[in-house]
Amino acid sequence: MELDSKCPTGPIETRWDRHQFSLKLVNPANKRKYTILVVGTGLAGGSAAASLAELGYNVKCFCFQDSPRRAHSIAAQGGINAAKNYHNDGDSVYRLFYDTVKGGDFRARESNVYRLAQVSLNIIDQCVAQGVPFAREYSGYLDNRSFGGAQVSRTFYARGQTGQQLLLGAYQALERQIGAGAVEMFPRTEMLDLIVIDGHARGIVTRDLMTGKIESHLGDAVVLGTGGYGNVYYLSTNAKGSNATAIWRAYKRGALFGNPCFTQIHPTCIPVSGDYQSKLTLMSESLRNDGRVWVPAKKDDTRPASQIPEAERDYYLERRYPSFGNLVPRDVASRNAKAVCDEGRGVGGTKLAVYLDLRDAIDRLGKHVIKERYGNLIDMYERIAGEDPYQEPMRIYPAIHYTMGGLWVDYNLMSTIPGLYVIGEANFSDHGANRLGASALMQGLADGYFVLPNTINDYVASTKLEKADANNAAVRDAEEQVLQTTSKLLHNKGTRSVDSFHRELGKLMWEYCGMSRTAEGLKLALSKIPGLREQYWREVKVLGSGEELNQSLEKAGRVADFFELAELICLDALERNESCGGHFREEYQTPEGEAARDDAHYSYAAAWEFRGVGNRPDLHKEPLTFEYVHPAQRSYK
Amino acid sequence: MKIILHIWRQRNADDKGRMARYEVPNVNEHMSFLEMLDVLNEDLIAKDEEPVAFDHDCREGICGMCGSMVNGVAHGPKPGTTLCQLHMRFFKDGDELYLEPWRARAFPIVKDLVVDRSAFDRVMAAGGFISVATGSAPDGNAILVPKEDADRAMDAAACIGCGACVAMCPNASASLFLAAKISHLGLLPQGQPERHERAVAMVAQANQELFGACTNIGECEAVCPKEIKLEVIARMNHDFLLAKLAGRGAAEEG
Repeated sequence: MELDSKCPTGPIETRWDRHQFSLKLVNPANKRKYTILVVGTGLAGGSAAASLAELGYNVKCFCFQDSPRRAHSIAAQGGINAAKNYHNDGDSVYRLFYDTVKGGDFRARESNVYRLAQVSLNIIDQCVAQGVPFAREYSGYLDNRSFGGAQVSRTFYARGQTGQQLLLGAYQALERQIGAGAVEMFPRTEMLDLIVIDGHARGIVTRDLMTGKIESHLGDAVVLGTGGYGNVYYLSTNAKGSNATAIWRAYKRGALFGNPCFTQIHPTCIPVSGDYQSKLTLMSESLRNDGRVWVPAKKDDTRPASQIPEAERDYYLERRYPSFGNLVPRDVASRNAKAVCDEGRGVGGTKLAVYLDLRDAIDRLGKHVIKERYGNLIDMYERIAGEDPYQEPMRIYPAIHYTMGGLWVDYNLMSTIPGLYVIGEANFSDHGANRLGASALMQGLADGYFVLPNTINDYVASTKLEKADANNAAVRDAEEQVLQTTSKLLHNKGTRSVDSFHRELGKLMWEYCGMSRTAEGLKLALSKIPGLREQYWREVKVLGSGEELNQSLEKAGRVADFFELAELICLDALERNESCGGHFREEYQTPEGEAARDDAHYSYAAAWEFRGVGNRPDLHKEPLTFEYVHPAQRSYK
Repeated sequence: MKIILHIWRQRNADDKGRMARYEVPNVNEHMSFLEMLDVLNEDLIAKDEEPVAFDHDCREGICGMCGSMVNGVAHGPKPGTTLCQLHMRFFKDGDELYLEPWRARAFPIVKDLVVDRSAFDRVMAAGGFISVATGSAPDGNAILVPKEDADRAMDAAACIGCGACVAMCPNASASLFLAAKISHLGLLPQGQPERHERAVAMVAQANQELFGACTNIGECEAVCPKEIKLEVIARMNHDFLLAKLAGRGAAEEG
């Protein structure tokens, strides 16, 4: 398969403009003749569904939650980047582009990233007009703050709830279209298969989670904005319901999967407290501005933090990275935390945590200043951990947070299945091997508000499609497969719960394909996963029926997909014999222990083609070229 | 510690439902409330009993999906805290807890602790937005918003749409929910053109959904996990009355 990224060439500043002009348009009066199915209602899916309906398309929109407002974009805390240069501090579209390509460790397409930086400007305008209550200065102008990986102040925020407010903006725009009859909304409805007719994506098979009804929805194009796959690891900062089922079933229908091993670990999460742990909660990395990270200098030191004298503390980030100190990027901070815990110097009951200590900042600035800056985060920590960060240091540990990989898409955001578009975290496109803070919200909204509504017209206008027929064999086949899988899970008569298997898979993945990876470990994981997957299908127990709300059944289908996806993640990680961004292979590091990229051999996006469960998928490579930002080793010493 | 739970079990909307008693031994104080329910469900599955259905998603107190009555209080005893953020260290060994779903005519029960809150979405679709099409916005700094207004709008916008306010209100009124959105948008300059129509349209839809009327009891404010203040209801009433006096909006009386 030849991968055509359809990236425009020529001067990067005008690529998107010229490309838009080259795209075919659909007459406004004709748009209502076309139906577009949008799956997912987060920042990407919600904004896309609203914008497509505004243009005049018939939109059907689906989410598994009880309301489109609950998608996990809502949990993003920090902010959203935009190259407004309101602070006159040297920011520009070009600088945001540069920072993002570099932050992604040179594994993203320049054309995509430049466009992302360009439309970042429109996003802020759009959100302000919708009534998103961004933080303001006393003058009434928009306020900004700075964030990891950047030297300028370009992050817009709404307290610690930026994701929530942006999502509510998109949700409100979507509800407006629902009220106007332009969008038909299907909450508590899960996509379980993609319908491909004559090589084109024409519909989806869904299960109504309230009644269990399996149904097909047909249309002219399908858009997946279904988020990332961090829950493969069981414990992550994702919502409990976040899953990979939509993109995975599309993969099994022929869409290529890009860079699955590019997963991001967030360094500052509240650590695991016991076996019952169901998810991990992120503490905004802004805390590293004032908090100092340390562990005891000695192994197995069980004294409480307050009794460990200054000389016996190891501020290991400040020691190893004197110029960036506690503010090193996410991947570097995470790996170092793991390293000190592996040495037996971890703290807390599980010994899998390091201290993030606000003591010195409180002494220097006063408690009131720290409270003003981080009050809500500190309250959240206290609620969860039951300890007061003003009195004793917080305990933190890295956790899976975001997945840069996802379905491969071209510059138009179309997958390798014509008519199947993938937006937001669900695609692989813009962040390369590592995402910068405050860029996920930017990408979700860029795709949904400004990119997809422009590129999808071209497909609709230039593709001659017969009306999809509900009796088509492809529709029947997809429905039949869904029914069979559901029935198999319900009648399995197994002995173990879905969660027990999911935890086991998660532990395995975290151990061998988490923060750092080795060929040996990955091979071991690859040898274990198929057996565990087969055991799952033999022994999983799902009670209840398929004709009603059945949360175990929902989970069972998602976990079955995680088993297959886990194998692909490990395979991709084993194939990529270099370290870059979130993918750290222990064999490939500089003498100082930093990630060593191999541009000569791995400057490509890996795109995997499904060849049957248990069979090795085919690897296709999209070469990456850098005309503007020249690859260099990232250094934070 | 050991916790004794009495949980509302109801197979579906047609089932009458009943309270069932369960014991959860070995509850760890660091567990969240929902993690305790996870542990109970794993036990039930092992005994071939159907697990308790409850809504939840982010487990960070922001998605608004979780919630149930705990001993008669929406989201349980800790103020400003959703059920998912409530931890078991607030309870003691041997505590008996009664868990029931939100009870309101506008929130029909789906199963066990799960209710249908789609009425909230319909209220939002009736007017809970600013009508701006994608692409038509001026520069963000072209609209100045005094900091105090932005902060108060944010206070109201923090609503997570969980429905605790309705569940706790003796009238099953959705006023705190409605008013939070009406205040959020009505406090901002962008929200002014539709301010009065919005209030009328949302209130009319809420009446149609059979939410009750507000009699200023304040139970909603007491249980709101985002601590949204009753002040927003005053603001809503103000906007609604002005709209009515000006003859704007064509809704039934609120």
